[in-house]
Amino acid sequence: MIAPEERLAATLARLILDPEAPPARHIAVGAASPVPAAACWLVKLLGHPVRLSLLHRRSGNPFTEGTRELFDLTGQGRVDLFFLGGGQIDGQANLNLVGTGEWPGMGVRFPGSFGSAFMYLMTPRTLLFREEHSPRVLVERVDNVSAPGVSPPGVFRRGSAQALVTGRCVFRFHPDRARFSLASLHPGETRESVREATGFAFDAEGDIPATPDPTEVELALLRGRVCDEMAETYPEFCRRVWGSPQAA
Amino acid sequence: MMLQSPDALAALVPDGALLAIPPDNSLPSVAIAKALIRRGAKGLRLLGVPVSGFATDILIGAGCVAEVETSAVSLGEAGFAPRFSAALKEGRIRIRDATCPAIHTMLQAAEKGVPFMPLRGLIGSDILANRPDWMVVPNPFASDGEDPIVLLPARQPDFAIFHAAMADSEGNVWLGRRRECATIAHASKAALVTVERVVDGSFLDDERLAPGAISATYVTATAIAARGARPAALLDEYGFDAAYVSDYARAARTEEGFRAWLAREVFADGRKAAAA
Repeated sequence: MIAPEERLAATLARLILDPEAPPARHIAVGAASPVPAAACWLVKLLGHPVRLSLLHRRSGNPFTEGTRELFDLTGQGRVDLFFLGGGQIDGQANLNLVGTGEWPGMGVRFPGSFGSAFMYLMTPRTLLFREEHSPRVLVERVDNVSAPGVSPPGVFRRGSAQALVTGRCVFRFHPDRARFSLASLHPGETRESVREATGFAFDAEGDIPATPDPTEVELALLRGRVCDEMAETYPEFCRRVWGSPQAA
Repeated sequence: MMLQSPDALAALVPDGALLAIPPDNSLPSVAIAKALIRRGAKGLRLLGVPVSGFATDILIGAGCVAEVETSAVSLGEAGFAPRFSAALKEGRIRIRDATCPAIHTMLQAAEKGVPFMPLRGLIGSDILANRPDWMVVPNPFASDGEDPIVLLPARQPDFAIFHAAMADSEGNVWLGRRRECATIAHASKAALVTVERVVDGSFLDDERLAPGAISATYVTATAIAARGARPAALLDEYGFDAAYVSDYARAARTEEGFRAWLAREVFADGRKAAAA
Protein backbone atom coordinates (compact mmCIF):
# COMPACT_ATOMS: atom_id res chain seq x y z
CA MET A 1 0.00 0.00 0.00
CA ILE A 2 1.55 3.28 -1.14
CA ALA A 3 0.47 6.31 0.88
CA PRO A 4 -0.49 9.37 -1.19
CA GLU A 5 2.24 11.37 0.58
CA GLU A 6 4.83 8.77 -0.47
CA ARG A 7 3.79 9.03 -4.11
CA LEU A 8 3.89 12.83 -3.94
CA ALA A 9 7.34 12.84 -2.31
CA ALA A 10 8.71 10.43 -4.94
CA THR A 11 7.12 12.53 -7.72
CA LEU A 12 8.71 15.71 -6.39
CA ALA A 13 12.05 13.88 -6.08
CA ARG A 14 11.86 12.92 -9.75
CA LEU A 15 11.16 16.53 -10.71
CA ILE A 16 14.13 17.70 -8.61
CA LEU A 17 16.33 15.28 -10.56
CA ASP A 18 14.87 16.24 -13.98
CA PRO A 19 17.90 16.11 -16.29
CA GLU A 20 16.43 18.82 -18.53
CA ALA A 21 16.28 21.38 -15.73
CA PRO A 22 19.30 23.32 -14.45
CA PRO A 23 21.05 21.32 -11.68
CA ALA A 24 19.69 21.54 -8.13
CA ARG A 25 22.90 21.69 -6.12
CA HIS A 26 21.36 23.59 -3.23
CA ILE A 27 17.70 23.19 -2.26
CA ALA A 28 15.96 25.12 0.49
CA VAL A 29 12.74 24.07 2.19
CA GLY A 30 10.58 26.58 4.05
CA ALA A 31 7.97 26.40 6.79
CA ALA A 32 5.24 23.74 7.00
CA SER A 33 6.46 21.64 4.05
CA PRO A 34 6.70 18.00 5.13
CA VAL A 35 6.17 16.43 1.67
CA PRO A 36 8.77 18.65 -0.06
CA ALA A 37 11.15 17.97 2.84
CA ALA A 38 10.62 14.21 2.37
CA ALA A 39 11.33 14.58 -1.37
CA CYS A 40 14.60 16.38 -0.65
CA TRP A 41 15.75 13.82 1.89
CA LEU A 42 14.87 11.10 -0.61
CA VAL A 43 17.05 12.72 -3.29
CA LYS A 44 19.91 13.10 -0.85
CA LEU A 45 19.64 9.60 0.61
CA LEU A 46 19.48 8.10 -2.89
CA GLY A 47 23.07 9.33 -3.06
CA HIS A 48 22.75 12.49 -5.18
CA PRO A 49 25.10 15.29 -4.23
CA VAL A 50 22.81 18.04 -3.00
CA ARG A 51 22.97 20.56 -0.18
CA LEU A 52 19.72 20.82 1.80
CA SER A 53 18.88 23.89 3.84
CA LEU A 54 15.85 23.12 5.93
CA LEU A 55 14.70 26.37 7.45
CA HIS A 56 12.78 24.83 10.31
CA ARG A 57 15.28 22.29 11.49
CA ARG A 58 16.02 22.73 15.19
CA SER A 59 19.18 20.67 15.62
CA GLY A 60 21.79 21.21 12.95
CA ASN A 61 19.96 24.23 11.52
CA PRO A 62 21.95 25.35 8.47
CA PHE A 63 21.93 29.07 9.24
CA THR A 64 24.19 30.70 11.81
CA GLU A 65 23.13 34.28 11.07
CA GLY A 66 19.37 33.78 11.43
CA THR A 67 16.77 32.97 8.81
CA ARG A 68 17.68 36.03 6.77
CA GLU A 69 20.58 33.94 5.45
CA LEU A 70 18.08 31.97 3.37
CA PHE A 71 17.00 35.17 1.63
CA ASP A 72 20.52 36.56 1.34
CA LEU A 73 21.71 33.32 -0.29
CA THR A 74 18.72 33.33 -2.62
CA GLY A 75 19.28 36.99 -3.45
CA GLN A 76 22.76 36.06 -4.64
CA GLY A 77 21.46 33.15 -6.70
CA ARG A 78 22.98 30.51 -4.41
CA VAL A 79 19.75 28.56 -3.85
CA ASP A 80 18.82 26.60 -6.98
CA LEU A 81 15.40 25.28 -6.07
CA PHE A 82 12.63 26.18 -3.65
CA PHE A 83 9.08 24.93 -2.99
CA LEU A 84 5.97 27.08 -2.84
CA GLY A 85 2.26 26.41 -2.51
CA GLY A 86 -0.78 28.55 -2.05
CA GLY A 87 -4.33 28.74 -0.80
CA GLN A 88 -5.13 29.63 -4.41
CA ILE A 89 -3.00 28.94 -7.50
CA ASP A 90 -4.17 30.16 -10.88
CA GLY A 91 -3.60 29.19 -14.51
CA GLN A 92 -0.75 31.69 -14.87
CA ALA A 93 0.97 30.24 -11.79
CA ASN A 94 0.15 33.27 -9.64
CA LEU A 95 0.15 32.32 -5.95
CA ASN A 96 -2.23 33.57 -3.26
CA LEU A 97 -1.11 32.86 0.30
CA VAL A 98 -2.88 35.89 1.77
CA GLY A 99 -6.56 35.01 1.52
CA THR A 100 -9.73 35.20 -0.54
CA GLY A 101 -11.93 38.24 -1.07
CA GLU A 102 -10.79 41.82 -0.59
CA TRP A 103 -7.21 42.49 0.55
CA PRO A 104 -5.91 41.39 3.07
CA GLY A 105 -8.09 38.29 2.79
CA MET A 106 -11.42 39.39 4.19
CA GLY A 107 -13.10 36.21 2.84
CA VAL A 108 -10.99 33.34 4.15
CA ARG A 109 -7.71 34.59 5.56
CA PHE A 110 -4.71 32.29 4.95
CA PRO A 111 -1.59 32.56 7.16
CA GLY A 112 0.25 34.99 4.86
CA SER A 113 2.76 35.22 2.06
CA PHE A 114 5.94 34.17 3.94
CA GLY A 115 8.93 34.72 1.63
CA SER A 116 7.06 33.91 -1.60
CA ALA A 117 7.09 37.43 -3.09
CA PHE A 118 10.88 37.26 -3.08
CA MET A 119 11.72 33.57 -3.47
CA TYR A 120 9.52 33.00 -6.55
CA LEU A 121 11.42 35.63 -8.54
CA MET A 122 14.90 34.99 -7.20
CA THR A 123 15.13 31.18 -7.40
CA PRO A 124 16.01 29.59 -10.77
CA ARG A 125 13.55 26.74 -10.16
CA THR A 126 10.36 26.58 -8.11
CA LEU A 127 8.34 23.44 -7.57
CA LEU A 128 4.73 24.22 -6.71
CA PHE A 129 3.06 21.74 -4.42
CA ARG A 130 -0.52 21.65 -3.19
CA GLU A 131 -2.14 18.38 -2.20
CA GLU A 132 -5.74 19.64 -2.42
CA HIS A 133 -6.70 19.72 -6.09
CA SER A 134 -10.12 21.37 -6.29
CA PRO A 135 -11.75 24.31 -8.08
CA ARG A 136 -11.46 26.40 -4.90
CA VAL A 137 -7.66 26.01 -4.85
CA LEU A 138 -6.84 25.86 -8.58
CA VAL A 139 -8.68 28.94 -9.76
CA GLU A 140 -8.86 30.86 -13.00
CA ARG A 141 -7.54 34.01 -11.34
CA VAL A 142 -6.30 34.36 -7.76
CA ASP A 143 -8.14 36.91 -5.58
CA ASN A 144 -4.83 38.35 -4.36
CA VAL A 145 -1.32 37.91 -5.72
CA SER A 146 1.27 37.05 -3.07
CA ALA A 147 3.78 36.19 -5.78
CA PRO A 148 3.36 36.55 -9.56
CA GLY A 149 3.80 33.54 -11.87
CA VAL A 150 5.51 35.53 -14.62
CA SER A 151 7.01 39.02 -14.81
CA PRO A 152 7.14 41.59 -17.60
CA PRO A 153 10.42 42.02 -19.50
CA GLY A 154 12.83 44.28 -17.64
CA VAL A 155 11.84 43.02 -14.16
CA PHE A 156 14.70 41.06 -12.63
CA ARG A 157 13.66 37.42 -12.36
CA ARG A 158 15.80 34.26 -12.33
CA GLY A 159 13.15 31.64 -13.00
CA SER A 160 9.58 30.54 -12.53
CA ALA A 161 7.57 27.46 -11.70
CA GLN A 162 8.92 24.24 -13.17
CA ALA A 163 5.85 22.18 -12.30
CA LEU A 164 2.79 21.98 -10.07
CA VAL A 165 2.26 18.72 -8.20
CA THR A 166 -1.18 18.08 -6.67
CA GLY A 167 -3.02 15.13 -5.17
CA ARG A 168 -4.38 14.30 -8.64
CA CYS A 169 -1.68 15.01 -11.20
CA VAL A 170 1.50 16.76 -12.31
CA PHE A 171 1.33 19.92 -14.43
CA ARG A 172 4.32 21.42 -16.22
CA PHE A 173 4.48 25.20 -16.39
CA HIS A 174 5.43 27.07 -19.56
CA PRO A 175 6.49 30.62 -18.64
CA ASP A 176 6.74 31.64 -22.32
CA ARG A 177 2.96 31.31 -22.66
CA ALA A 178 2.10 31.52 -18.93
CA ARG A 179 0.14 28.26 -19.05
CA PHE A 180 0.16 24.81 -17.50
CA SER A 181 0.09 21.54 -19.40
CA LEU A 182 -0.95 18.19 -17.95
CA ALA A 183 2.15 15.98 -17.57
CA SER A 184 0.97 12.88 -15.68
CA LEU A 185 -2.06 11.49 -13.88
CA HIS A 186 -2.05 9.85 -10.43
CA PRO A 187 -3.93 6.55 -10.06
CA GLY A 188 -7.70 6.81 -10.55
CA GLU A 189 -7.54 10.12 -12.42
CA THR A 190 -8.38 10.89 -16.04
CA ARG A 191 -7.96 13.96 -18.19
CA GLU A 192 -11.68 14.60 -17.62
CA SER A 193 -11.59 14.16 -13.83
CA VAL A 194 -8.68 16.60 -13.67
CA ARG A 195 -10.51 19.13 -15.87
CA GLU A 196 -13.52 18.77 -13.61
CA ALA A 197 -11.46 19.54 -10.51
CA THR A 198 -9.46 22.41 -12.01
CA GLY A 199 -10.70 25.99 -12.15
CA PHE A 200 -8.19 27.08 -14.80
CA ALA A 201 -7.74 26.06 -18.44
CA PHE A 202 -4.64 24.00 -19.27
CA ASP A 203 -3.14 22.14 -22.22
CA ALA A 204 -3.36 18.35 -22.47
CA GLU A 205 -1.83 17.07 -25.70
CA GLY A 206 -1.59 13.43 -26.76
CA ASP A 207 -1.52 10.50 -24.34
CA ILE A 208 -1.03 11.55 -20.74
CA PRO A 209 1.11 9.01 -18.88
CA ALA A 210 0.42 7.72 -15.37
CA THR A 211 2.52 9.16 -12.54
CA PRO A 212 4.95 6.34 -11.73
CA ASP A 213 4.76 4.54 -8.38
CA PRO A 214 7.68 5.03 -6.02
CA THR A 215 10.21 2.22 -6.43
CA GLU A 216 10.87 -0.36 -3.69
CA VAL A 217 14.15 1.39 -2.90
CA GLU A 218 12.39 4.76 -2.61
CA LEU A 219 9.66 3.36 -0.39
CA ALA A 220 12.17 1.69 1.92
CA LEU A 221 14.09 4.95 2.25
CA LEU A 222 10.96 7.04 2.86
CA ARG A 223 9.73 4.70 5.58
CA GLY A 224 13.14 4.39 7.20
CA ARG A 225 15.85 7.01 7.02
CA VAL A 226 13.72 9.81 5.55
CA CYS A 227 11.20 9.41 8.37
CA ASP A 228 14.05 9.42 10.93
CA GLU A 229 15.43 12.67 9.51
CA MET A 230 12.00 14.33 9.58
CA ALA A 231 10.68 13.20 12.97
CA GLU A 232 12.07 16.15 14.90
CA THR A 233 10.61 18.85 12.62
CA TYR A 234 7.39 17.11 11.55
CA PRO A 235 6.36 14.69 14.32
CA GLU A 236 2.64 14.87 13.45
CA PHE A 237 3.27 14.17 9.77
CA CYS A 238 5.57 11.23 10.52
CA ARG A 239 3.05 9.76 12.93
CA ARG A 240 0.21 10.13 10.44
CA VAL A 241 1.99 8.76 7.36
CA TRP A 242 4.42 6.26 8.84
CA GLY A 243 3.02 5.66 12.32
CA SER A 244 6.37 6.67 13.71
CA PRO A 245 6.29 6.98 17.48
CA GLN A 246 9.54 8.94 17.79
CA ALA A 247 9.28 12.68 18.34
CA ALA A 248 11.62 15.51 19.16
CA MET B 1 19.49 45.66 34.39
CA MET B 2 18.22 42.44 35.95
CA LEU B 3 14.59 42.58 37.03
CA GLN B 4 12.56 40.28 39.26
CA SER B 5 10.15 38.74 36.77
CA PRO B 6 8.71 38.84 33.24
CA ASP B 7 5.93 40.97 34.76
CA ALA B 8 8.51 43.60 35.74
CA LEU B 9 9.76 43.59 32.12
CA ALA B 10 6.19 43.93 30.80
CA ALA B 11 5.69 46.96 33.09
CA LEU B 12 8.34 48.80 31.03
CA VAL B 13 6.25 48.52 27.85
CA PRO B 14 3.81 51.41 27.37
CA ASP B 15 0.50 50.94 25.57
CA GLY B 16 0.82 51.47 21.83
CA ALA B 17 4.49 50.41 21.65
CA LEU B 18 5.92 48.69 18.56
CA LEU B 19 7.28 45.27 19.58
CA ALA B 20 9.49 43.05 17.43
CA ILE B 21 8.81 39.38 18.18
CA PRO B 22 10.52 36.32 16.65
CA PRO B 23 8.36 33.35 15.55
CA ASP B 24 7.90 29.99 17.25
CA ASN B 25 11.07 28.51 15.76
CA SER B 26 13.27 31.35 16.94
CA LEU B 27 13.00 32.03 20.66
CA PRO B 28 9.89 34.11 21.34
CA SER B 29 9.48 35.12 24.99
CA VAL B 30 6.06 33.67 25.62
CA ALA B 31 6.70 34.54 29.28
CA ILE B 32 6.72 38.28 28.41
CA ALA B 33 3.68 37.89 26.13
CA LYS B 34 1.75 36.36 29.03
CA ALA B 35 2.98 39.10 31.38
CA LEU B 36 1.80 41.78 28.90
CA ILE B 37 -1.64 40.16 28.97
CA ARG B 38 -1.65 40.20 32.80
CA ARG B 39 -0.64 43.86 32.76
CA GLY B 40 -3.60 44.58 30.42
CA ALA B 41 -1.46 46.18 27.69
CA LYS B 42 -3.47 47.95 24.98
CA GLY B 43 -2.93 49.12 21.42
CA LEU B 44 0.37 47.25 20.92
CA ARG B 45 1.78 47.08 17.42
CA LEU B 46 3.54 43.78 16.74
CA LEU B 47 6.23 43.17 14.15
CA GLY B 48 6.65 39.47 13.32
CA VAL B 49 10.31 38.78 12.48
CA PRO B 50 9.67 37.64 9.89
CA VAL B 51 6.45 35.72 10.75
CA SER B 52 4.22 35.41 13.82
CA GLY B 53 3.02 32.50 15.91
CA PHE B 54 1.73 31.55 19.32
CA ALA B 55 2.75 34.68 21.28
CA THR B 56 1.09 36.95 18.72
CA ASP B 57 -2.13 34.94 18.72
CA ILE B 58 -2.56 35.06 22.51
CA LEU B 59 -1.78 38.80 22.63
CA ILE B 60 -4.39 39.46 19.93
CA GLY B 61 -6.96 37.25 21.65
CA ALA B 62 -6.46 39.09 24.93
CA GLY B 63 -7.18 42.43 23.24
CA CYS B 64 -3.65 43.83 23.64
CA VAL B 65 -3.00 44.45 19.93
CA ALA B 66 -4.04 47.16 17.47
CA GLU B 67 -1.86 46.24 14.51
CA VAL B 68 0.30 43.38 13.24
CA GLU B 69 2.97 43.73 10.60
CA THR B 70 4.16 40.30 9.51
CA SER B 71 4.71 37.88 6.65
CA ALA B 72 2.38 35.20 8.06
CA VAL B 73 0.56 34.23 11.25
CA SER B 74 0.37 30.51 11.90
CA LEU B 75 0.54 27.86 14.61
CA GLY B 76 2.58 25.52 12.39
CA GLU B 77 1.33 21.95 12.42
CA ALA B 78 -1.57 23.05 14.68
CA GLY B 79 -2.98 25.13 11.82
CA PHE B 80 -4.23 28.69 11.39
CA ALA B 81 -3.95 31.12 14.30
CA PRO B 82 -7.54 31.23 15.61
CA ARG B 83 -7.61 34.52 17.56
CA PHE B 84 -5.77 36.37 14.79
CA SER B 85 -8.29 35.12 12.20
CA ALA B 86 -11.27 36.06 14.39
CA ALA B 87 -9.94 39.55 15.23
CA LEU B 88 -9.16 40.31 11.58
CA LYS B 89 -12.62 39.22 10.51
CA GLU B 90 -14.26 41.34 13.21
CA GLY B 91 -12.12 44.34 12.29
CA ARG B 92 -10.49 44.55 15.75
CA ILE B 93 -6.94 44.58 14.35
CA ARG B 94 -5.18 45.94 11.30
CA ILE B 95 -2.71 43.78 9.42
CA ARG B 96 0.12 45.11 7.30
CA ASP B 97 1.20 42.20 5.16
CA ALA B 98 4.88 41.92 4.30
CA THR B 99 7.20 39.23 2.99
CA CYS B 100 10.00 37.69 5.08
CA PRO B 101 13.11 39.22 3.49
CA ALA B 102 11.45 42.67 3.46
CA ILE B 103 11.10 42.57 7.24
CA HIS B 104 14.71 41.47 7.68
CA THR B 105 15.83 44.21 5.29
CA MET B 106 13.84 46.99 7.02
CA LEU B 107 15.42 45.94 10.34
CA GLN B 108 18.89 45.76 8.80
CA ALA B 109 18.44 49.33 7.56
CA ALA B 110 17.56 50.36 11.13
CA GLU B 111 20.60 48.42 12.40
CA LYS B 112 22.82 50.45 10.08
CA GLY B 113 21.07 53.74 10.79
CA VAL B 114 20.34 54.34 7.10
CA PRO B 115 16.90 55.54 5.94
CA PHE B 116 16.18 52.70 3.49
CA MET B 117 17.57 49.62 1.78
CA PRO B 118 16.77 48.06 -1.60
CA LEU B 119 15.46 44.51 -2.09
CA ARG B 120 15.01 42.40 -5.22
CA GLY B 121 11.77 40.56 -6.01
CA LEU B 122 8.33 41.77 -4.83
CA ILE B 123 7.45 43.54 -8.11
CA GLY B 124 4.09 42.20 -9.31
CA SER B 125 2.98 41.16 -5.80
CA ASP B 126 -0.14 42.72 -4.26
CA ILE B 127 1.87 43.03 -1.04
CA LEU B 128 3.82 45.80 -2.72
CA ALA B 129 0.62 47.30 -4.16
CA ASN B 130 -0.78 47.54 -0.61
CA ARG B 131 2.33 49.10 0.94
CA PRO B 132 2.31 52.82 0.19
CA ASP B 133 5.42 53.07 2.41
CA TRP B 134 7.41 50.89 -0.05
CA MET B 135 8.69 52.41 -3.26
CA VAL B 136 9.87 51.21 -6.68
CA VAL B 137 12.71 53.19 -8.29
CA PRO B 138 15.01 52.60 -11.26
CA ASN B 139 18.31 51.06 -10.17
CA PRO B 140 20.66 54.08 -10.33
CA PHE B 141 23.61 51.76 -11.07
CA ALA B 142 21.94 49.86 -13.94
CA SER B 143 24.05 49.79 -17.08
CA ASP B 144 21.17 48.73 -19.27
CA GLY B 145 17.47 49.62 -19.04
CA GLU B 146 15.54 50.85 -16.01
CA ASP B 147 15.91 47.76 -13.80
CA PRO B 148 13.14 48.66 -11.33
CA ILE B 149 13.93 47.78 -7.70
CA VAL B 150 12.03 48.11 -4.42
CA LEU B 151 13.19 50.46 -1.64
CA LEU B 152 12.13 49.67 1.92
CA PRO B 153 12.19 52.20 4.76
CA ALA B 154 14.14 51.47 7.95
CA ARG B 155 11.90 50.09 10.69
CA GLN B 156 12.96 50.75 14.27
CA PRO B 157 10.86 48.88 16.85
CA ASP B 158 10.44 50.36 20.32
CA PHE B 159 11.25 47.01 21.90
CA ALA B 160 12.81 43.72 20.85
CA ILE B 161 11.26 40.95 22.92
CA PHE B 162 12.74 37.45 22.98
CA HIS B 163 13.99 34.60 25.14
CA ALA B 164 17.62 33.49 25.51
CA ALA B 165 19.30 30.54 27.17
CA MET B 166 21.28 32.62 29.67
CA ALA B 167 22.51 36.01 30.80
CA ASP B 168 25.88 36.73 32.44
CA SER B 169 26.86 39.05 35.28
CA GLU B 170 27.57 41.85 32.77
CA GLY B 171 24.05 41.73 31.28
CA ASN B 172 25.08 40.06 28.01
CA VAL B 173 22.72 37.34 26.82
CA TRP B 174 23.50 34.15 24.91
CA LEU B 175 21.24 32.40 22.37
CA GLY B 176 23.56 30.62 19.97
CA ARG B 177 22.77 30.69 16.28
CA ARG B 178 19.34 32.37 16.40
CA ARG B 179 20.86 35.60 15.18
CA GLU B 180 17.57 37.16 13.99
CA CYS B 181 17.22 38.01 17.68
CA ALA B 182 20.52 39.89 17.45
CA THR B 183 19.21 41.79 14.43
CA ILE B 184 16.05 42.87 16.27
CA ALA B 185 18.04 43.76 19.39
CA HIS B 186 20.43 45.88 17.28
CA ALA B 187 17.59 47.54 15.38
CA SER B 188 15.28 48.31 18.32
CA LYS B 189 15.41 51.22 20.79
CA ALA B 190 15.37 48.73 23.68
CA ALA B 191 15.50 44.96 24.19
CA LEU B 192 13.70 43.02 26.92
CA VAL B 193 14.96 39.46 27.29
CA THR B 194 13.89 36.56 29.48
CA VAL B 195 16.50 33.90 30.24
CA GLU B 196 16.57 30.45 31.78
CA ARG B 197 19.45 31.29 34.11
CA VAL B 198 22.17 33.76 34.99
CA VAL B 199 25.82 32.69 35.07
CA ASP B 200 28.99 34.34 36.42
CA GLY B 201 31.58 36.02 34.24
CA SER B 202 31.20 37.47 30.73
CA PHE B 203 30.31 35.65 27.49
CA LEU B 204 32.44 38.20 25.66
CA ASP B 205 35.59 36.83 27.36
CA ASP B 206 34.89 33.35 25.98
CA GLU B 207 35.84 32.90 22.32
CA ARG B 208 33.36 30.03 21.94
CA LEU B 209 30.40 31.83 23.50
CA ALA B 210 30.96 35.34 22.12
CA PRO B 211 29.61 34.65 18.57
CA GLY B 212 26.27 33.46 20.03
CA ALA B 213 26.02 36.37 22.48
CA ILE B 214 24.25 39.71 22.25
CA SER B 215 26.20 42.45 23.97
CA ALA B 216 24.67 44.26 26.96
CA THR B 217 24.98 47.42 24.83
CA TYR B 218 21.66 46.41 23.27
CA VAL B 219 19.98 44.69 26.21
CA THR B 220 17.87 47.03 28.33
CA ALA B 221 16.59 44.55 30.91
CA THR B 222 16.48 40.83 31.58
CA ALA B 223 14.56 38.59 33.96
CA ILE B 224 14.67 34.89 34.71
CA ALA B 225 11.73 32.92 33.32
CA ALA B 226 12.20 29.16 33.53
CA ARG B 227 10.94 27.60 30.29
CA GLY B 228 10.14 31.13 29.15
CA ALA B 229 9.87 30.19 25.46
CA ARG B 230 7.38 27.40 26.13
CA PRO B 231 5.56 26.09 24.09
CA ALA B 232 8.26 27.16 21.61
CA ALA B 233 11.53 25.24 21.70
CA LEU B 234 14.75 26.53 23.24
CA LEU B 235 17.80 25.53 21.16
CA ASP B 236 18.96 22.08 22.33
CA GLU B 237 17.54 22.62 25.85
CA TYR B 238 13.87 21.77 25.32
CA GLY B 239 11.65 20.91 22.36
CA PHE B 240 8.49 22.38 20.87
CA ASP B 241 5.45 21.43 22.99
CA ALA B 242 3.08 20.35 20.20
CA ALA B 243 0.46 19.02 22.65
CA TYR B 244 0.26 22.41 24.43
CA VAL B 245 -0.22 24.24 21.13
CA SER B 246 -2.85 21.86 19.76
CA ASP B 247 -4.70 22.09 23.08
CA TYR B 248 -4.57 25.88 22.73
CA ALA B 249 -5.69 25.74 19.07
CA ARG B 250 -8.73 23.69 20.09
CA ALA B 251 -9.63 25.92 23.03
CA ALA B 252 -9.13 29.18 21.11
CA ARG B 253 -11.56 28.26 18.34
CA THR B 254 -14.17 30.15 20.37
CA GLU B 255 -13.96 33.32 22.45
CA GLU B 256 -15.25 31.41 25.53
CA GLY B 257 -12.71 28.64 25.04
CA PHE B 258 -9.94 31.22 24.74
CA ARG B 259 -11.08 33.06 27.91
CA ALA B 260 -11.01 29.80 29.86
CA TRP B 261 -7.55 29.03 28.48
CA LEU B 262 -6.35 32.52 29.51
CA ALA B 263 -7.72 32.13 33.03
CA ARG B 264 -5.94 28.80 33.43
CA GLU B 265 -2.66 29.36 31.58
CA VAL B 266 -2.01 33.09 31.99
CA PHE B 267 -3.80 34.51 35.03
CA ALA B 268 -3.65 31.44 37.33
CA ASP B 269 -0.02 30.87 36.32
CA GLY B 270 0.82 34.47 37.18
CA ARG B 271 -0.75 34.17 40.65
CA LYS B 272 1.24 30.98 41.26
CA ALA B 273 4.43 32.76 40.17
CA ALA B 274 3.68 35.77 42.40
CA ALA B 275 3.03 33.50 45.40
CA ALA B 276 6.24 31.53 44.90
